[in-house]
Amino acid sequence: MEETTPQRGSSNRMKFIIGGALIVAAVIYLIASSTQASAQYFLTIDEVVAKGEEVLDRDLRISGAVIGDSIEYDRESLTLSFTVAHIPGDNDELEAQGGLAKALHVAVSDPNRSRLSVVYEGAIPDLLQHEAQAIITGRLGADGVFYADELLLKCPTKYEEAVPEQASG
Amino acid sequence: MIANFGYGALIITFLVSLYGVGAAYYGMRQNKPAWVDSARNGMLLTFPLLSLSALSIVVLLVTDHYEVEYVASVTSRSMPMYLKITALWGGQAGSLVFWSWLMSAFASAVTLRKWDRDREFLPWVIVVSLTTLAFFLALNIFVENPFTRLWQFPSGQVVEKMFQPAGSSLFYPRDGQGLNPLLRHPGMIIHPPMLYLGFVSFVIPYAFAVAALVTGRTDDRWIRLTRRWTLWAWMFLSLGLVLGGRWAYDVLGWGGYWGWDPVEIAAFMPWLTGTAFLHSVMIQEKRGMLKQWNMVLVILTYSLVIFGTFLTRSGVLSSVHAFAQSAVGPLFFGFIGLTFVTSLSLLLHRWNDLKAKAEMTSMLSREALFLLNNLLFIGILVVCFWGVIFPLISELFTGQKVTVGPPFYERANGPLMAGLLLLMAIAPLSAWGHSTIKTLGRAVWKPAVVAIVAVLAVIAAGIVNPYALIGIFLTALVIAVTLYEYWRGALARGKRHGESFFVALWELVKRNRRRYGGYIIHLSMAMLAIGIIGIEIFQSETQGTLSQGESLTLGEYTMSYQSLAVFDAPDGRNVARAVVSVNKNGKPVGELYPRRDFFYDSQQPMTIPGVRSTIEDDFYVLLVDWEEISTNSATFKVYHNPLVKWMWMGSWVFIFGTLIAAWPEADTDPVPARNRKRASVPAKA
Repeated sequence: MEETTPQRGSSNRMKFIIGGALIVAAVIYLIASSTQASAQYFLTIDEVVAKGEEVLDRDLRISGAVIGDSIEYDRESLTLSFTVAHIPGDNDELEAQGGLAKALHVAVSDPNRSRLSVVYEGAIPDLLQHEAQAIITGRLGADGVFYADELLLKCPTKYEEAVPEQASG
Repeated sequence: MIANFGYGALIITFLVSLYGVGAAYYGMRQNKPAWVDSARNGMLLTFPLLSLSALSIVVLLVTDHYEVEYVASVTSRSMPMYLKITALWGGQAGSLVFWSWLMSAFASAVTLRKWDRDREFLPWVIVVSLTTLAFFLALNIFVENPFTRLWQFPSGQVVEKMFQPAGSSLFYPRDGQGLNPLLRHPGMIIHPPMLYLGFVSFVIPYAFAVAALVTGRTDDRWIRLTRRWTLWAWMFLSLGLVLGGRWAYDVLGWGGYWGWDPVEIAAFMPWLTGTAFLHSVMIQEKRGMLKQWNMVLVILTYSLVIFGTFLTRSGVLSSVHAFAQSAVGPLFFGFIGLTFVTSLSLLLHRWNDLKAKAEMTSMLSREALFLLNNLLFIGILVVCFWGVIFPLISELFTGQKVTVGPPFYERANGPLMAGLLLLMAIAPLSAWGHSTIKTLGRAVWKPAVVAIVAVLAVIAAGIVNPYALIGIFLTALVIAVTLYEYWRGALARGKRHGESFFVALWELVKRNRRRYGGYIIHLSMAMLAIGIIGIEIFQSETQGTLSQGESLTLGEYTMSYQSLAVFDAPDGRNVARAVVSVNKNGKPVGELYPRRDFFYDSQQPMTIPGVRSTIEDDFYVLLVDWEEISTNSATFKVYHNPLVKWMWMGSWVFIFGTLIAAWPEADTDPVPARNRKRASVPAKA
């Protein structure tokens, strides 16, 4: 470990600072561009229904309560369809309704809630059942049906939140 | 009775922990070693005490005490014994006790080591460990109590309380709800303990770091003392992550292993800083640099461990909704904030004492490449953190919640991970202190030729995907360089000592366990990379509804539907099990039995794939649906996952490498730590 002369030391330090700055810039670029490329707007069903055409070709992520009777699986075309009812997107609102399980129950029992049909090509997730919370990624079609790429389901039991299940299509 | 006993043990442990913190602090301030010793005994006591508490829960679980709310929520009569025992960590309250129990095991183990030379660290290690323990115990005692029972009033109303409310009597449900079927899998049974072991054992290096900061003994002593702890912690954490992936692959039925779910990321983040730390401590030991940075890393790792426990345990982030559904949320944030601010102010206080003794001299030196490795790990950490908190940020600034999915993480992390692979290939060949393009080039050209040949071979096989080719080149380079290092080292040693190649190789590894164990870990990472390239880039899938005898083709594979049986299993399941025969290139290779279990107690189905796994590829069949009663036709979803088995094989190699690196050395180096640094600098790179 010989002592470096101050001059050489500072030019060296400069090199390292430039190198570090380049890497930081690269990471920032990667984050910024990837965020833009894969951003999904998180909307409630009310918002989707209200905005309608405005969000037609956007990547969306929506959350709703699954209505059990509506679940249908077409074995010929291998498509799954079901309807979800609006639940609040905000956590405080859910808490105010007595927690997620209660909110889901209220949502599916209320015929005046806004509802949305969902179509998904793929296997039926194990947790897809009445009063489950579905978090759905996909796009709204011009026919008013939501075409899902990915389903994430949560079934709050009386006591404990279940683990999330994921299904990619 | 048992519940009261277990709860009592929890409270006593909590009080003992608080006492330990106080006694250690007082003894240190007043210079009364007797108090510190007393605190040390207290820390030792936490393990047997918490064992009693954990044991109480297990007894309640296996003896069907459904009047205890936790027991009723995670077990049922039909569950086999081993699942009832492991239900200890199947729910929030129990798993927090389990966490504390592991933590106390590590804390007790620390007290048993010889402290002669490091006496001044002891009180602070006690303060940090027991504060952490006390925090988790407080969560159990005040918020998530696993011993609360169900009480019924004459009116019929049932409440959850620890102690009997006036006018009520114990309520005994006939049966429990049963463990979530998704958790009834061997991977899920050992996944949480591994993850928790990883989490809690990172508390120990942090405790020593804080001790070093407070006492001003900011040399490398704390790092040397905790090196092995850190390696074990890191191994458990890594295994926890891999097992989680394996569980997802076997159980979740979407043909994947990692979904960039916030909960997964929460466990991945401390792994990133921990891995960076493992590398950068070597620079401090060899060159006396990056001391401040190592402190930052260990503080970050600890904070992320607590944060990760919070996220994985409280389940708050499993949805895209924001934080804090459970009352533990604010407490956790308070604790993380407090420890983070305290540690950072300690660090700033000692900032000047931690100045490096030397400067980086060359951009290609080993230490510079290690620094680069650290930057990349932190880069990945920042990407992950950004992804997790982006919904909150976007809502704050635009009023609109925007989330990012897996494509974000893959796109942003891909290049950074490729950079890490490249470093894994180059860094072992660079020298400490000074390296130039020329010296590095001379060392790297032979392995590079091997890697290029590998890429050409893959192109000849018809693969042209550029990402795959880059990945294969880097992976092949890592493997070639690593094997080359073994070969070169053994050859040189053999010549020097007149030993045969294999004797020399054995001696070489034995005398440099950390380095050559580390290289085995590098090899295992390359295997992991092979598996990831295989499944991420070359996965293909198809689906179809088949009548009996009909078949479905995917690539070289053809599967045909033979039969399906629906029956009740003795453990409370209704099983629908299909028999499909599989042909590869026209030759029969066996039968698979994809099935769907329906659990009566939780009213939930669970899909279990039939998988044919070889080192070349996995053929993965899911039973999606079937015609009731007649079972004439059934619907299948089929995945072809090339090379994925390399991931699981890589994890075995990984364990092996870590064991070599972390195994206690037989001939401990008698040179005192403080003088050793200089002696070891000129060692060959």
